[in-house]
Amino acid sequence: MPRQFQEAVAFGGDVSRYRLLPFRFLALDLRREVLVNEAGEYLLVPTGTAEQIVRRKIDPHSDLYLRLRARQFLFDDQSSPLLDVLATKYRTKKSFLDGFTKLHIFVATLRCEHSCLYCQVSRQSADRRRYDMSTETVEKALDLMFRSPAPHLTLEFQGGEPLLNFDLIQFMVPRAKARAVESGKGLNIVVATNLAVVTDDMLRYFRDEQIDISTSLDGPAFIHNANRPRPGCNSYELAVRGIERAREIVGPEHVAALMTTTRLSLDYPIEIIDEYVRLGFRSIFLRPISPYGFAVRTRSKTGYETARFLDFYKKGLSHILDLNRRGIDLAEIYARIILTKILTPLSTSYVDLQSPAGAGISVVVYNYDGDVYASDESRMLAEMGDTRFRLGNVHRDDYQTIFRSAQLVGITDSSVVESLPGCSDCAFQSYCGADPVFHYAMDGDMVGHRPTSAFCHRNMEVIRHLFLLLSEEDSERSRIVFAWIRSKSMQEVWPEVLV
Amino acid sequence: MDPKQKHAGSLARGSSLISLATYGRPTGFVRPLVARVARNPEPDAERQRSAAIVTDGNPLDWVGAERYRAIVTSLPLARFSADRALPRVPIIHSAKTVEHLRSGAVIVLTPQSGRVRTIFRPDSLHNFLFATERCNSFCLMCSQPPVDRDDAEQVQINLEAIRLMEPAPSQLGITGGEPTLLRDGLFQLMAELKARLPQTNIHMLTNGRRFAWPDFTEAFMAAAHPRLTVGIPLYSDNAPEHDYVVQARGAFDQTIQGLHRLARYEQAVEIRVVLHKLTIPRLHDLAQFIYRNLPFASHVALMGLEITGFTRPNLTKLWIDPHEYQRELHSAVEYLAIRGMNVSIYNHPLCVLPDDLWQFARRSISDWKNLYLEVCQGCGVRERCGGFFMSAERQHSSHLHPIVAQSSCSTVC
Repeated sequence: MPRQFQEAVAFGGDVSRYRLLPFRFLALDLRREVLVNEAGEYLLVPTGTAEQIVRRKIDPHSDLYLRLRARQFLFDDQSSPLLDVLATKYRTKKSFLDGFTKLHIFVATLRCEHSCLYCQVSRQSADRRRYDMSTETVEKALDLMFRSPAPHLTLEFQGGEPLLNFDLIQFMVPRAKARAVESGKGLNIVVATNLAVVTDDMLRYFRDEQIDISTSLDGPAFIHNANRPRPGCNSYELAVRGIERAREIVGPEHVAALMTTTRLSLDYPIEIIDEYVRLGFRSIFLRPISPYGFAVRTRSKTGYETARFLDFYKKGLSHILDLNRRGIDLAEIYARIILTKILTPLSTSYVDLQSPAGAGISVVVYNYDGDVYASDESRMLAEMGDTRFRLGNVHRDDYQTIFRSAQLVGITDSSVVESLPGCSDCAFQSYCGADPVFHYAMDGDMVGHRPTSAFCHRNMEVIRHLFLLLSEEDSERSRIVFAWIRSKSMQEVWPEVLV
Repeated sequence: MDPKQKHAGSLARGSSLISLATYGRPTGFVRPLVARVARNPEPDAERQRSAAIVTDGNPLDWVGAERYRAIVTSLPLARFSADRALPRVPIIHSAKTVEHLRSGAVIVLTPQSGRVRTIFRPDSLHNFLFATERCNSFCLMCSQPPVDRDDAEQVQINLEAIRLMEPAPSQLGITGGEPTLLRDGLFQLMAELKARLPQTNIHMLTNGRRFAWPDFTEAFMAAAHPRLTVGIPLYSDNAPEHDYVVQARGAFDQTIQGLHRLARYEQAVEIRVVLHKLTIPRLHDLAQFIYRNLPFASHVALMGLEITGFTRPNLTKLWIDPHEYQRELHSAVEYLAIRGMNVSIYNHPLCVLPDDLWQFARRSISDWKNLYLEVCQGCGVRERCGGFFMSAERQHSSHLHPIVAQSSCSTVC
């Protein structure tokens, strides 16, 4: 019998008994709630929709039903749940875990000529023997670094001011590169420096060795110099001059800047952002202060309420969007990270907002004295006398001892948001992370207490704010947001027609 | 019918379509035969053995005519064999024309019908191997309606055609029917392509359903050509709607699983969406589905409907004037493009697209069925425009118009 065309009804099935796939929900405002599935796909829907879904009250012929089914919130007899596809999407989102520890931070020296208000660790000292990393420590630490299974590693020089121990950088770079070649791994090298003591010779070395520069810039001179005192009160002038020289010699794409928000900064989001634009940066990270080290001690000068930071952040973000609409390319990095989690199927590699936390399993710190810490914050805590997050020492312990230490297992165990109280049923779980070191410092307990956690408060509000922005999604805003996410100019993301 | 449409519908003067078949009278063979066209004598016996003499003159004047694989001539048999013994060579004589057959073309000579079908033209970018006529789907708008026929012979024809292609084409398509139904035959084709045409970009059109089976995909990938792209159609983000368009229950799930299975091998895959009345309403949701579930796709092609094959009996279900879906098309293209997906618009004349979509429009229609309409005369962007399918004479947008200045869209739309 010849085949005949069948009507659409022939391909339907029983939808009266739809079944649910895992999803979470949260009220966005009085009118709307956000539904998020296991792979981080979301739907903004009117308040009460989640209840309707659970009570099997959704009309199977509605657009909403088709969306819920296509985005794997539910399935019915008309189709399989495609669990393998959901699993693949979930695995892709978690692929930051592949390869284990990828970022290896070396504290070349603890010495620094700055005495920044928020700095946790640095020492103003001429005692090189006491505060500089030794070549023996370097060799041992490199041994550990190249035991990491990751096919691509990043080495970051930190301090103190690492350029005060430039000899060590020159000692270490060729050795790290030789090991990368031996082990067949890729290697990026970054130096985190305030650029105050940088010379053209150093910059030429960075250019020749393909080393990227990450510097600090807190805003215009009156903020930067207030936050970052040094003899001569010229930190800003030296940083700007350093940035310009570095761009000339090493290349603009190899120079990045980070800002830290202090109490003083809170009143000047526009001025700080405009300073970044004026200096030609294409991105800015509106970063809250870390509550560690000297930052805790000097809290009266630098600390502030989370609510004030959020106000600062929202004002800044709004200003950046205005700049973007006027054709000026500038991305806000924290929003970029979270929007990448919300709007793309991709994984992010930001170690401070992931589950399990990046401490030790994504990033590790080799301190000047050979101590190994799970994160920068862990060694700051240690400088205050609490060595809870010290995983071992390169001279005493081997790779297995350090990376299977009870400390590291404890940190990781306590930072799986999928199982943390207050996080396990949170709709923003897929976009958030855990910070066991922060919660330990604040609450004396790695799990922490969500209702009073500044980390939770800040991230919940930032994510909610981004959802509110997305809810008014228009064509222009999508182009801006994907220019951020893809690190492209808006013109590259959607070329305007050349008539 | 709208008078404007009727006017536009007639063929523009000077349009000439490329001929892919001619007929003559067969003698001396019982099975289809594949050969490379020789319009001039081949230099040695080895090349002669794979070539067909193609001439308007007397083939017996060719030195060593008996060594050639076949003879195709427009002369009647009586005109050249009256006083000379015929070589024991397959012959098609009294061919209507051999003018279109250039040296290097690969042809198939069919015994009973006397058809001479061109399956490869060295000067074209639009060469396809027609893998099989069978299909496990039954798409409402199929341009090549399936036939349940034994395809063993077709595999042999294609294998031989691959051996005869020279110089190696820069690109070559595989189409059908559903090529994966060949199974071992397809693996053989892939192996031959890999051995003979390693530098050629291969594009295979398939519904992708068979790739849902891990053992099939494993065997396929073991044979697959290194420069292969697999083009797979997807019509909805929801199974019942996709299954309805392809007239096969379960097809959506298989296709999605197949795409994911291919992605595990890092096989390049292209998603193809034919735009019609059934696919337009959920086009934006489909774009979202593609980005979230198939972000590995190397290309997404959004394609205008070709009014041929099954589209004709189903036209009332399918036809929507492209002018009427530009909002949906724009939103889907923009959604994918700003996310960095490689997206193209196929089979749409520029005059129906808003000008910021022109950068995505490709000249996608195969040369042998590509034409321009009378309305295109005087159009200033014809050189950049992909024009129409041959079948557009029958049905096309009521909003076609010549574009006189680069920015004329604003004055017309």
